[in-house]
Amino acid sequence: MASYILKRLGSTALVLFLVSILVFLLLRLAPGDPAAVLAGDNASPEQIARLRVMLGLDDALPIQFLRWFGQVLQGNLGVSVYSNEPVLSLIGQRAEATLSITFTTLLIAVPLAVTMGVVAAHRAGTWVDRALMLFAVAGFSLPAFVVGYLLVYVFALQLQVMPVQGYVPIAEDVGRWAWHLVLPAVTLGLIYTALIARITRATMIEILSEDFIRTARAKGLPMTRILLRHALRNAGVPIVTVIGIGIALLIGGVVVTETVFNIPGIGRLVVDAIARRDYPVIQGVILVCSAIYVLLNLLTDLSYTLIDPRIRY
Amino acid sequence: MSVTSLPPAAEPTPSAAWLFARRNPTLVAGGAILALMTLAAIAAPLFAGDPITINPARRLRPPSSEHWLGTDQLGRDVFARVVWGARVSLQVGLLVAIVSVALGTIIGLIVGYFRTADALITRFMDGIMAIPAILLAIAFVALAGASVWIVIVAIVLPEIPRVVRLVRSVVLSVREAPYVDAARAGGTRLHVIMTRHILPSTIAPLIVQATYICAAAIIVESALSFLGAGVPPETPTWGSMIAQSRSFLPRAPWTVFAPGFALALVVLSVNLLGDGLRDWLDPRSGRRG
Repeated sequence: MASYILKRLGSTALVLFLVSILVFLLLRLAPGDPAAVLAGDNASPEQIARLRVMLGLDDALPIQFLRWFGQVLQGNLGVSVYSNEPVLSLIGQRAEATLSITFTTLLIAVPLAVTMGVVAAHRAGTWVDRALMLFAVAGFSLPAFVVGYLLVYVFALQLQVMPVQGYVPIAEDVGRWAWHLVLPAVTLGLIYTALIARITRATMIEILSEDFIRTARAKGLPMTRILLRHALRNAGVPIVTVIGIGIALLIGGVVVTETVFNIPGIGRLVVDAIARRDYPVIQGVILVCSAIYVLLNLLTDLSYTLIDPRIRY
Repeated sequence: MSVTSLPPAAEPTPSAAWLFARRNPTLVAGGAILALMTLAAIAAPLFAGDPITINPARRLRPPSSEHWLGTDQLGRDVFARVVWGARVSLQVGLLVAIVSVALGTIIGLIVGYFRTADALITRFMDGIMAIPAILLAIAFVALAGASVWIVIVAIVLPEIPRVVRLVRSVVLSVREAPYVDAARAGGTRLHVIMTRHILPSTIAPLIVQATYICAAAIIVESALSFLGAGVPPETPTWGSMIAQSRSFLPRAPWTVFAPGFALALVVLSVNLLGDGLRDWLDPRSGRRG
């Protein structure tokens, strides 16, 4: 077990190192001179040349990378071209809003999706199953910004039971904080719910056809107990895997959802950074998001032994 | 499984076609909607009308017989813009699916067949997969400039590793098969082994994967346009239509929902096609690739 964890940690570190190379190259190999961008539109050629020397842009690429990577390891992601603030503190300021939506989404989507999957599998082939799976396909097909504006139009503009957009910090007013999170979380959670529900159904159908389920039914156990204690427990690994993989969908969806609902989170930060060509911020956000994703997948892998004691490393 | 062993396609006789549709309703429904929308997109110059000309005198008109889907905040016909917008979406979806499957298959064959290449390239692919696709695409477009081709490259990049994984797993499972061994022992040249003995096994799962990639590409393209990091803003696309009209949502909901529903319909039909193809090509698999 310990040696497995060490091995996994090693490969995680390797992947993160590769990600940082990719992110670095993305910025350096793109057309255009970073110094010209940093100096602004009105800079003279001399100013740009001075900046090039200052930033070390005339050094060899590997040397530039190592210098940048050394700074990243010390937690220094550079400084925003636009506001001159450190990128890491910009991300820190925006983290609360993004984490709030993401956790609310997980809280709503995971129980809902697993229930849907279990019910669909139990009633496989009936209209209940078809209706739930049609909902799942639709969930895959509706882009977050279409769902978002539809919800805003119906619940905020027509029925006027929900706030149109915006975000209230949790420290300010917990009730209004939660109220403002409902529509964004439903928007963000739709595709995630669809994904988890489909995998849950497929896995459960497979398990429900196995011998030990027939034995349990023959013993006369109540169906809910069979579904939850016997079948769902054994479906844990694929479901947890897809919950982990789906985090990537949430990160992508957060960017769009925050724009629709005008929420000042990390997604807005990166969208605004694009409009301003604020490269250090773009680079920093991608790096942080990728690191979170890779680490979450590591945790997913490690959680297998807890979910299924038969798995040993 | 080779292509020739697949169930035969529907015969043109009505009863056989009907039977096929009865057995594969999602496949036929998805395919039909998609074919209709593709036709409309191709024929756009013939019937859709002018999507570009601004006319402030008739801005934000509700749907009528003259403007089927109303006009937007600049007085442009929403129906014309929706039909023209289908061109970008379908073009990007199709090209991304083709390019990422082609490149992914080549890399996947190499990685699956040669162990030495495997370790290195697979790690590199893991690295790309770790970066959230939409962020990678946004950054790439922001840096390289807005054009349809840049958008296509930006979406292909994160999709390639998924194809590589799929092809690699198939190659690993057939590489040691007796018929491949026999071909090798018989002195068959490498490219013949690859194309004649290994490649056919990958075709069925790849067709299904290609439709899912197409659907994902259409969504990502529209999201990029919506976020202002897509194709140039003059070109009508569904994502940019929604972005430009969103502040008029209370007054003129049709300006947001017409492109929104068109987008949802196309993606839904591609997903239905994919699900239908999956069930048709491999009735046993119940899982998304």
